[in-house]
Amino acid sequence: MKRKPYMNPYLAGTLLGLVLLSAMFFSGRGLGASGGIKYCVVSVVGAISENHVQASPYYGQYFEEGKKPLKTWLSFEVLGMLLGGFISGALSGRLGIKIERSPKISNKRRLFFAFLGGLFFVFGAQLARGCTSGAALSGMAVLSTAGFVTMVAIFGSGYLFAWFFRKNWI
Amino acid sequence: MAPILVSPDSQEWISLLTALLIGIGFGFALEQAGFSSSRKLAGMFYGYDTTVLKVFFTATIVALIGSQLLSYFGLLDLDMVFVNHFYVLPAILGGVIMGAGFVMGGFCPGTGFSALSIGKIDALFYILGGLTGAWLFAELYPLISGFANSGYKGPAKINEWLGVSPALFSLILIIIAIGMFWLAEKAEKKYARPDITKEL
Repeated sequence: MKRKPYMNPYLAGTLLGLVLLSAMFFSGRGLGASGGIKYCVVSVVGAISENHVQASPYYGQYFEEGKKPLKTWLSFEVLGMLLGGFISGALSGRLGIKIERSPKISNKRRLFFAFLGGLFFVFGAQLARGCTSGAALSGMAVLSTAGFVTMVAIFGSGYLFAWFFRKNWI
Repeated sequence: MAPILVSPDSQEWISLLTALLIGIGFGFALEQAGFSSSRKLAGMFYGYDTTVLKVFFTATIVALIGSQLLSYFGLLDLDMVFVNHFYVLPAILGGVIMGAGFVMGGFCPGTGFSALSIGKIDALFYILGGLTGAWLFAELYPLISGFANSGYKGPAKINEWLGVSPALFSLILIIIAIGMFWLAEKAEKKYARPDITKEL
């Protein structure tokens, strides 16, 4: 199938804004992504060691009153994200197993930095109570100060560190 | 009046089904925007592709204006919509760590899922790194909980801090966004590189 071009960014932004608005309208909350990763970890650790979970106030809060971390709004939303992305990729001819990288770097280097980037990002998101979706985008849409501060910190820091990692991209 | 699914009477499966459907829309919009490509996303930090800024601010403004209009017409109770809690230094340091992760990996968690959904192996490694990051945070929590819970300001709103109405703040934000869109279009011309769309 022939690859279709990406959607106009302002149109895609409007679509994303309407999705966020539906989350606010129907569920009284914003979108999220890093939270789904957290619930996944909490669930796996809970399955491996019940004692460890019960001894920890951090893990413990997700199992109080028989709660199940994977049976949460965010976990289902993230599952939907994978489906929605797959549908979009299929309709636009963009499905395919590949490692995307700059031609100037090796696959190994790309995968190492992808792993490290994910580690940093999600660790930071736990401190800030959300990532680009949950803290910055959804936070700004409800005028939360946390949303604006997190957005400025993420992008400001991105520009600050961009010079050190330029070889990976340009 | 909306939001409808926050009342204790609402059935859990309806709420989870709604989450799944909203997730499908979210994933679809991100992939269509081109957020399934790390090289496109990273362009934001080197000026050659500013799609991130355009999509991000357009979406913020649509949801912000849309929710205020729905509230104005009595269709949505904004007091029932979650407002993020503000912990001053954790929000700043967390954001700085996230920004570093963004330029290293080329994704944020949502766009990582987007790229994973169409088969990118680098996104799989990014999400595996993300799982490791969440696990490290959980295990280190006893050591860092003091800092992580410091500077708590509750669900603070930026317009109240500035002493302006939500409508006026939204208007200011729209003007800032238009200014940034204009700059973004200029940056893309200045830092233009050969089209890499076919390689993504």
